[in-house]
Amino acid sequence: MFKILKYSFYDLIRSRWSYVYFLFYLLLGFVLLFLNNDVSKAIITLMNVIIILVPLISTIFGIMYFYNSKEFTELLLAQPVKRSSIFLGQYLGVAGSLTLSLVLGLGIPFVLYGLFKSDAIFDFSLLLVTGAFLTLIFTVLAFNIALSNENKIKGFGYAVLLWLFMAVIYDGLFLMSLIIFKQYPLDSFSLGATIFNPIDLSRTLILLKLDISALLGYTGAVFKKFFGTDQGLFVSIFMLIFWTVLPIWRLVFVSRKKDF
Amino acid sequence: MRYLGLLYFTFLLFTTASLWAKPITICESCEIKSISEGVKRAVDFDTLLVKKGTYKEFNIIIDKPLTLIGDNYPIIDGEKKGEIIRIISDDVTVDGFFIINVGTSYTTDYAAIRVVKSDNFLIQNVVLEKLFFGIYLEKSNYGKVYHNKIIGDAKDEYNSGNGIQLWYSHHVEVSSNIVQGARDGIYLEFSDNITINNNKSTGNLRYGLHFMFSDNDIYTNNLFEDNGAGVAVMFSKGIIMKGNTFRKNWGTASFGVLLKEINDAEISDNTFEENTIGINIEGSNRIDYIGNNFINNGWAVKVLGACYANSFKGNNFMYNSFDISYDGKLNDNIFDGNYWSDYTGYDLDKNGIGDVPYRPVKLFSYIVNKTPESIVLLRSLFMDIIDFSEKVSPVFTPDNLLDANPLMTKVE
Repeated sequence: MFKILKYSFYDLIRSRWSYVYFLFYLLLGFVLLFLNNDVSKAIITLMNVIIILVPLISTIFGIMYFYNSKEFTELLLAQPVKRSSIFLGQYLGVAGSLTLSLVLGLGIPFVLYGLFKSDAIFDFSLLLVTGAFLTLIFTVLAFNIALSNENKIKGFGYAVLLWLFMAVIYDGLFLMSLIIFKQYPLDSFSLGATIFNPIDLSRTLILLKLDISALLGYTGAVFKKFFGTDQGLFVSIFMLIFWTVLPIWRLVFVSRKKDF
Repeated sequence: MRYLGLLYFTFLLFTTASLWAKPITICESCEIKSISEGVKRAVDFDTLLVKKGTYKEFNIIIDKPLTLIGDNYPIIDGEKKGEIIRIISDDVTVDGFFIINVGTSYTTDYAAIRVVKSDNFLIQNVVLEKLFFGIYLEKSNYGKVYHNKIIGDAKDEYNSGNGIQLWYSHHVEVSSNIVQGARDGIYLEFSDNITINNNKSTGNLRYGLHFMFSDNDIYTNNLFEDNGAGVAVMFSKGIIMKGNTFRKNWGTASFGVLLKEINDAEISDNTFEENTIGINIEGSNRIDYIGNNFINNGWAVKVLGACYANSFKGNNFMYNSFDISYDGKLNDNIFDGNYWSDYTGYDLDKNGIGDVPYRPVKLFSYIVNKTPESIVLLRSLFMDIIDFSEKVSPVFTPDNLLDANPLMTKVE
């Protein structure tokens, strides 16, 4: 498995798209810091970018990689290698290189602008951790979609739809149910709905750590009470891990039985 | 400032000395060792000169017109036994003391300096620390509270007092004071024609300024920063607020100014910066908001209803999460000629006024008003999208709530 991981990883590290992705974040970080020079303000803007772009890019990149390396995968399948290690290796290679681009691309400018001296370091690391988790989650979801769909067009369609659903439609449905059931106490419902979507969960986790949480008022207080405790943090980390592990398990399970 | 105080004091010393008899001197090695004794021996319009030292006294009752002057800030230590100075005579001046350790009680409002039913008082250059209530004016008119420093260490609302409290006192001037760490910085109740200038009220537990049933008051150039809930102005009419700064009142239940049942007021040239809610308006009519700056607030203006004939003209709304939040109908309130940093329209005829009207109420802020829980969707992509589509063609937000003449550049 590690050989395949290494191969995929180096293959991607050398590819142009990884560099483009890395340079994009590098540029974004520098421009943001150049424009307002305030590390904690830049983190808020960055959050908006991360929770939207990271899932999108991970999804597209994951599905593209899977379809592109299909022939190579089939070649590998003919060798005496465990199926799970082929797919896991490829997945970890893609997710690892994407995460590395993200962490390095954003890390370098912030470190240069004095991140270690500011007190925003915890917020920033939270941002990177959620970014990394989002990459892991959406890449494996994309792999799952690609594995289940031989048709590339269909696969791409589903992948984009997945992103659209998580980033936009889910919130729309969430809002609709809030409005429809507004006569009822909705605190625990909104808490649950937030935890269940990794994008919403990441957004809320970061928002609550920032100053802006004062805007959330009473509902924010309920959220803060939950996420502020060790238990809340544990639940949210568990949820992110759950979102990563469950699709990985499915990937392994389906790939073992699939007839290529 | 200290030297200035001293200079003023020497000046005062000379003038009073030439006008009246020699001042009665009080010090630890003098014939008169305590302030109470000095007051007892003095006759009307005497001057008491208190030399530097520590005087462990409380319940000093000043019952004749006297001038008390502290030389180089003598300390009056109440040892937490009760009230320290009580003025029950007209024409009393208290100048230049350092008063500490006021008693705390749950039944009596002990104050460092209390003025009861006396006119023409002057309290200045007094420093108060470890206090319950600071300066308490009770049914006392035509006085001045000037250049005092009140530093409290209030932790809970139930066992702390207010910095400067006015109760049924009219025509009083409160200026250039510094109040911090009290329950309410400055508290007014049933007090008309008060002038409040150049004060700094910061870090108080509840309100920086609290205002109830007090009409025709003016406050200008004050700074209210980092107070528990900001400034509350309630049930009053004819208020003028000018050139004040309300900053960093940031918390889930904080606001710059809370207006409740305020009529015929003028609010102009104030700065509201980094407050959760800049101005929270409820049941207030005929108020002119002119030339205020709303910068980096969560909500710049939150209108809760029952508000008529208010006008917002020539204000700057910059970088607020929500500019206006509106609950209910526009009524006959007017938004006209303001600068909005979110305005994206154009100005073809170059007259400085945008050609397309600006709608300050975002759909999201409208939804949040209806279902407060939906605030958890703050900064999500979905909200940005529906805000944008609502901006292009308004469906839900009140149709007539708009600024027809938005400015292209900010008002200086």
